[in-house]
Amino acid sequence: MFYREAGDFKTSYTADSQTFPIKFDRYRYYVVLAVAFGIIPFIINDYWANALLLPFLIYAIAAIGLNILVGYCGQVSLGTGGFMAVGAYACYKLMTAFPDVSMFIHVLLAGGITAIVGVLFGLPSLRIKGFYLAVATLAAQFFLVWLFNRVPWFYNYSASGQINAPERDVFGIIITGPNAPAWATYLFCLIFLSFCAIIARNLTRGTTGRTWMAIRDMDIAAEIIGVNPLKAKLTAFAVSSFFVGIAGALFFAVYLGAVEVGEVFGIQKSFLVLFMVIIGGLGSIFGSFAGAAFLVLLPVVLKVVGVDVLGWPTDIVAHLQLVIVGALIITFLILEPHGLAQLWRVAKEKLRLWPFPH
Amino acid sequence: MNKKLVTLALSALMASGPALADLVIPDLSYRTGPYAAGGIPFSDGYNDYFTLLNERDGGIGGVPVRVVECETGYNTEKGVECYESTKGEGALVYQPLSTGITYQLIPKVTADGIPLHTMGYGRTSAANGKVFSNVFNYPANYWNGASGAINYLLDENGGDLSGKKIALVYHNSAYGKEPIRTLEMLAEKHGYELTLLPVDHPGQEQKSQWLQIRREKPDYVVMWGWGVMNQVAVQEAANIRFPMENFIGVWWSGAEFDVEPAGDKATGYKALTFTGLGDDYPVYDDLKKYVADAGKSAGAGDQMGAVQYNRGLYAAMLASEAIKTAQEMHSVADITPAMMRDGMEALEMTNAKMEGLGMSGFGPEFSVSCENHGGPGLVGVVQWDASTGTWNQIQEFKATDAEVIGQLIAEDSAAYAAENNISPRCE
Repeated sequence: MFYREAGDFKTSYTADSQTFPIKFDRYRYYVVLAVAFGIIPFIINDYWANALLLPFLIYAIAAIGLNILVGYCGQVSLGTGGFMAVGAYACYKLMTAFPDVSMFIHVLLAGGITAIVGVLFGLPSLRIKGFYLAVATLAAQFFLVWLFNRVPWFYNYSASGQINAPERDVFGIIITGPNAPAWATYLFCLIFLSFCAIIARNLTRGTTGRTWMAIRDMDIAAEIIGVNPLKAKLTAFAVSSFFVGIAGALFFAVYLGAVEVGEVFGIQKSFLVLFMVIIGGLGSIFGSFAGAAFLVLLPVVLKVVGVDVLGWPTDIVAHLQLVIVGALIITFLILEPHGLAQLWRVAKEKLRLWPFPH
Repeated sequence: MNKKLVTLALSALMASGPALADLVIPDLSYRTGPYAAGGIPFSDGYNDYFTLLNERDGGIGGVPVRVVECETGYNTEKGVECYESTKGEGALVYQPLSTGITYQLIPKVTADGIPLHTMGYGRTSAANGKVFSNVFNYPANYWNGASGAINYLLDENGGDLSGKKIALVYHNSAYGKEPIRTLEMLAEKHGYELTLLPVDHPGQEQKSQWLQIRREKPDYVVMWGWGVMNQVAVQEAANIRFPMENFIGVWWSGAEFDVEPAGDKATGYKALTFTGLGDDYPVYDDLKKYVADAGKSAGAGDQMGAVQYNRGLYAAMLASEAIKTAQEMHSVADITPAMMRDGMEALEMTNAKMEGLGMSGFGPEFSVSCENHGGPGLVGVVQWDASTGTWNQIQEFKATDAEVIGQLIAEDSAAYAAENNISPRCE
């Protein structure tokens, strides 16, 4: 009834090829943006920011990044944690070397540095595919973590081997460090997420995205019709690592404030982001959001229900969490292998016909 | 209509009457994951002591204590979530029992004005109260531990360690890296050779490290391990027949569960300590009467008298004594975190006080001041005897190399102060 194309006439090519061609969808998108930018910053507190929203926003950026590589270009990567570490350490070195420069620039540069590193580790993808590539990126993961643990220059020779985010600001508003207000950190991450999501969405709709998908679907056929695999694969690695690097920089500087590379950016982080992409939906920007929300919010919700509402012992709740999250992942993959994004697509199809399905 | 009236009356009553006062103590515990073996007894001891105070004395100064437990799994992200979710309830003091989470929380608690007590762990230079206003690490820290271990070896060797080889097997994290600087400084001073052997989280894979030890044959092995890493290390040492009496762990590597899996072969293994051992203290009579027999034990209730349980007990005792001090200082029973901080800074532990609590000799005598948040740093040495299943204290609590440690603390805290634009207090 509300959700349909009928009656919504497009009179120009621009209108016809916009991101949300259905009016209802478009307005929903504007409402989400308005709530996220205009309402949440006024009601947010430390708990909501640090426990739920910041991790969600940052993981969503990382998931979009990985989704470009795995979902759109078909190159399996297990190096996400390592690339996030590159972003974090690049941001740390930049923050301490140039204290007066705006955090926006630091985070973008950290993403750029990660993109370069990502391209370097993406080079093997030209020769190896599938599981073998996964193993090669796994090597990147271990190598990068080892490197940041091993070379004291990266952590400015601190005794503990940790990196700590000093206080930095954007236009006079403190963004990092303990005195940063919740709304500022939230908005900072939200701006990056919106920026990344819009770029990713438009890249995947254009030529670049189509070459990625051609490589994903059948690389030999793609090459025959004139897609340059070198360019396609390396751009995918570069763009993906750029986003993942931004996520790593934000994760360290804005969210945690102090990072120990082995614990925070270990192999489990790579798997976590990969799970987000798989559960959310491969090859879907919305899926990246849904997957990140699912894996960030679910443990917190289970904890609140188990410990605060039902009053169960914390260790039992922690174990149940593992069981429930694990079971849900399996259930999802069996019932809906294309992830949450596919559920959303099916719901939209049904909505189109509602209330008169054939 | 009736129901509405009752609700109205109730809500009016609740609004007008004073809110039920309680002292909120968050317990950032970990009962799951590879470090649970140490996390469970510590948290049990911590909880049981406050249960005892509630049951026996009706709380502290007449105000009941409410412990809010939050599972961190030794994971910094979950630790942050726990901190944010509990700080709003008026949390008085945080004791995360994790050096990683401590580093995370130091700037946050300072900004929020809540004290952080890292007893025998955390950032060692926090002992300098001039820079770290809200962080306390009395009665001993890692650098005391490192120096205590070296002092013990010096005693064994008649005061001369030159030419000896010492290997440090450590958890490759902020925790394990903490003693390196001190050991390096002491190596210069005493002329021993230091080999560093990092073990990655969680520490189950140590074959290559022990192979290296077997090849290089160091005279002594010092260990900074935690959780499952300890058991594996003791087992590996037994496997390569490394003489156990030359193997010394820090206090977090010296509990029953660390040595029991290796069986008889673990006999002779040594560890450092800063608290009393066993359950031969009068406080245990009360714990049995009011907590264990009343069925109010935290967890499974089977940890009483264990090494890490005693540490949890000791941590809770120091917190409750600081609460008492704060209550006296401000003449308020329901104290705020800021008052708690003052109480911790004015804390004085005397033998008479500990005797009154039924814990005489459980820890050292010390007093905290604005400049010194670190306490005396007395370190004892214990040795495991598998045949009786007990730890025996083989060296009394002794002072450590204050000169070297003091210099390192001043250096590291000055670096922190410069990084964060902190001007020294206490002047």
